[in-house]
Amino acid sequence: MDFIGGKLLQVVIAVAAFAAVIGIIMLLVDRAPKSIKDKVTVAGFLAPAAILMLVGLVYPAVQTSIFAFTDAKGQGNGVDNFVWMFTQPAALVTLRNTVIWTVLVPLLSTSIGLAYAVFIDKARGERALKALVFMPMAISFVGAGIIWKLVYDYRGPGIEQTGVLNFLRVALGLDPKQFLLDAPENTVFLIIVMVWIQTGFAMVILSAAIKGVPVELVEAARLDGANPWQQFRNVTIPGIRGSLVVVLTTITIATLKVFDIVRTMTAGNYDTSVIANEMYTQAFRAGEPGRGAALALVLFLLVLPIVVYNARVLRKQREIR
Amino acid sequence: MKTHNYLSPLAVVGALALTLTACGSTGGGGTSTTSDDCSAYSSYGKHDGKTVSVYSTIVDTEATNLEESWAQFEKCTGITIKYEGSKEFETQIGVRSKAGNAPDVAIFPQPGLLADQAKTGNLKPAPKAVSDLVDKNWSADWKKYGTVNGTFYASPMLANVKGYIWYVPKTFKDKGWQVPKTWDEMMTLTKKIADDKAMKPWCAGFESGEATGWPGTDWIEDVVLRAEGPEVYDQWVTHGIPFNDPKIVNAFNTTGKVLLDPNYVNGGFGDVRSILSTGFAQAGQPVLDGQCAMHHQATFQAANWPAGTKVAPDGDVWAFMAPPVDASKGVAITGGGEMIGAYKDTPEVQAYLTFMASADFANNRVKLGGAISANKGLDANNAGSELDKLSIQLLQDPKTVFRFDGSDLMPGAVGSNSFWKGIVSWVNGTPAQQVADSIEASWPKS
Repeated sequence: MDFIGGKLLQVVIAVAAFAAVIGIIMLLVDRAPKSIKDKVTVAGFLAPAAILMLVGLVYPAVQTSIFAFTDAKGQGNGVDNFVWMFTQPAALVTLRNTVIWTVLVPLLSTSIGLAYAVFIDKARGERALKALVFMPMAISFVGAGIIWKLVYDYRGPGIEQTGVLNFLRVALGLDPKQFLLDAPENTVFLIIVMVWIQTGFAMVILSAAIKGVPVELVEAARLDGANPWQQFRNVTIPGIRGSLVVVLTTITIATLKVFDIVRTMTAGNYDTSVIANEMYTQAFRAGEPGRGAALALVLFLLVLPIVVYNARVLRKQREIR
Repeated sequence: MKTHNYLSPLAVVGALALTLTACGSTGGGGTSTTSDDCSAYSSYGKHDGKTVSVYSTIVDTEATNLEESWAQFEKCTGITIKYEGSKEFETQIGVRSKAGNAPDVAIFPQPGLLADQAKTGNLKPAPKAVSDLVDKNWSADWKKYGTVNGTFYASPMLANVKGYIWYVPKTFKDKGWQVPKTWDEMMTLTKKIADDKAMKPWCAGFESGEATGWPGTDWIEDVVLRAEGPEVYDQWVTHGIPFNDPKIVNAFNTTGKVLLDPNYVNGGFGDVRSILSTGFAQAGQPVLDGQCAMHHQATFQAANWPAGTKVAPDGDVWAFMAPPVDASKGVAITGGGEMIGAYKDTPEVQAYLTFMASADFANNRVKLGGAISANKGLDANNAGSELDKLSIQLLQDPKTVFRFDGSDLMPGAVGSNSFWKGIVSWVNGTPAQQVADSIEASWPKS
C-alpha cells in the first residue's frame, strides 16, 4: 500500500506542479504590457511545448547522433560503426532484409487493400467483409507474431503436425517445411504477417477515398463507354491519389521501424534481422550502444524523406481544397 | 471578467488529477505458510511499511517457491518484497538501469551480466554483513563470481548443476542398457539405441525466445571441461585462448556427433534443425513418452516434467551426470547460480540481502524442492528430491571439479549474444570452424 500511496502522491504533486506552472505562465501573459502582448502570448504558449520537445526529442536525437560515433566504452571512434554496418556480413544481411521489407510490405498491403476495397465497394454485407480484413489491425504486432508462429509450427515427417500450414502440406502429401528457418524465404514468411496486419488499414482508408470520388465523374466515364478497368485506371486512381500516397508512406514508415514481429518470431536469427531489431540487440544485449545508435541514425535518415514527402503531399491537398 | 480565463485550464488539470487518483489499485497480501515464531529473524530488525523491489529471471512455480521462502522474513521484519520475474531480464535490466528505473535488488543469473552492471557504477557494493556471510558459507570460487575488479557486489543465491542426462530407468532396464561411465561408452550406447530403431537416442530443444541457443552452449561447455580439463576451460572463458582455438572447435565437433546426426536426434520433434524450433522446457517430454532415450539438461529440468512425475533412481525418470572422457580423472561438473546485487543500500535492502545470504534462506528454499545451493550451511537432508540431494553432495564434495557456466562468465556481447547466435547457426547448418571464427570476431576488444 505504501508503494501505491507513494506513486499516487508523486502523481498528485506532478499534476499540481504542472498546473501551477501553466497558471503562472498564463497570469504573466495576461499581465504583459500592451505593446509586446502579442509576442509574449506567442512565447508563453509555445514555450512549454518547445521545452518538452527539446528535452524529449531534440536532446535524445542529438545524444544518439553523438553515440553513433563512439565505441562500447564511450570513446570516439570516428565512422567505425558505419564501416561495421556496411561491411560486416551479418550487418549487411540486416540492411538487405530492411530493404526487402520496405519494398514488399507497402506494395503488397496497399495493392491487396485497394483491390479488396474496389471489389467489395457497394457489395452486399460490405461492413462485415470490411471488418473481416480490418480485424488483424486490432492485434498487436507481438500478438500477431505469436499467432503466426503457431501457424508456421513444425514437426518432423511422420509426427503429428501442430502448425496449420504444415498440417495442410502433409495432408497434400508434401513434406513439412521449417518455415522460419530457411533463409531467405523466411523473411517473406515474416513479411506476410505484417501484410496481414496492414492490409486492413490500407483497405479502410482507400475504401473511404473511393467513396469520395464524385459519382458524376464515374457516370460520365461510363457514358463515354469506358470499361470497368478504364474507369478504375482513369477515374478512380487519380481521384484517390492523395490517399494512396498517405497509405503507402504510412505503411513504409511502419515497416522501416518493424521490430516486434521479427523479435517474437525469430529474434533476428536465421538471417531475418532488420535494422530496428539489430539496433536493440547491439545497444542492449551486445553492449555496443555506439553500433545501436549508428543503426538508429541510419533508420532515422531513411524515414526522414518519407515523412517530409508525406507532409508535403498532405499540405498540397489542403491547398487544393 | 477576462482576467479569469486562466482558471479554466486549471479546472481541466484538476479533473485529470482526480481521474488519475481513482486508478490506484490494492496489492500485497500474506502467505499462509508463515508461522508466528520470529526468533530466527530478530537480527534483521523491524522495517514496518518498507518495500524492497526484486527483479529476476525466475518465473512460474520457481517464483512462487522463491516468494514462499522469504514469506516468514517479510512477516517478521515488516518488509514487503515486491517480486517481479521476467524472461526478458537479461536485456531489460540494462535498459531499466540505464533509464534510472532499476529495481532495488536484481537477481543476476550470470556473473558476466553482473560485472557489466557493476562497471556502469549503478550497482552498490555488498554490505559487510553479506560479505562476511559469504566468506563463511561459500567457497572462494563462488565469492569470486560476485566480485568485480576487487569489489564484492553480490552474494550467490541458489545453484544449479548442469550436464545431467535424463533417462527413464525402466526403459534402460528393459532394454538392458547400462548407464555409461565414459564419453565413449555413451557414444556406443547412442549408436546401439539408434540401431535398435525403437526410438531416437536423443531429444533436444534450444528454443527460448530471444535467448534461443543457450541450451547448446551448455553442451559445448560440458564437452570443453570434460575433454580439455579445467585449465583450458578457464583460459577459454577469460579469452586466454581464442574462441576459435582448435580445442574449442573440436568440442563443437564432438558435440556435433550427437546433435547433428539425424539418426541420433530429435526424438518426437523431427530432424536436426527441429532442435531450434523446440522449446527447451518441452524438449524433454519425449523421454517420458518413449520417443527418445536421453535428454541433456540441468537440474531444473526436474521442474519441467509434468506434475506427478517421480524423479528417482527407481521412479519415472532419473538422471546421470554427463560422463567424463577419462574416468580416472574424476567428476567435472559445470553449473550456474544466481547472484543477488542491489541498486540501493537502504537498511531494508541490506536486511534483505543479509537474509538472502544466510543458511536460513538456503534451507527454507531447498525444503520447498526444485532448488539447491552451494551454501555450506545447507543441510543436504532438506533436499526436496533425491536428485537435489545428489547435486548438493556433488557441490559440497571438495574433490569435485566445479566450473561456472562458461557463457555466463564471458562478456555479454559473447555470452548472451554471439555464442547463442553461433549455436543457432551451427545447428542450422553452418560449419563449426566458421561459427567459432565469427564468435571470436565478436569478442570485445580491450
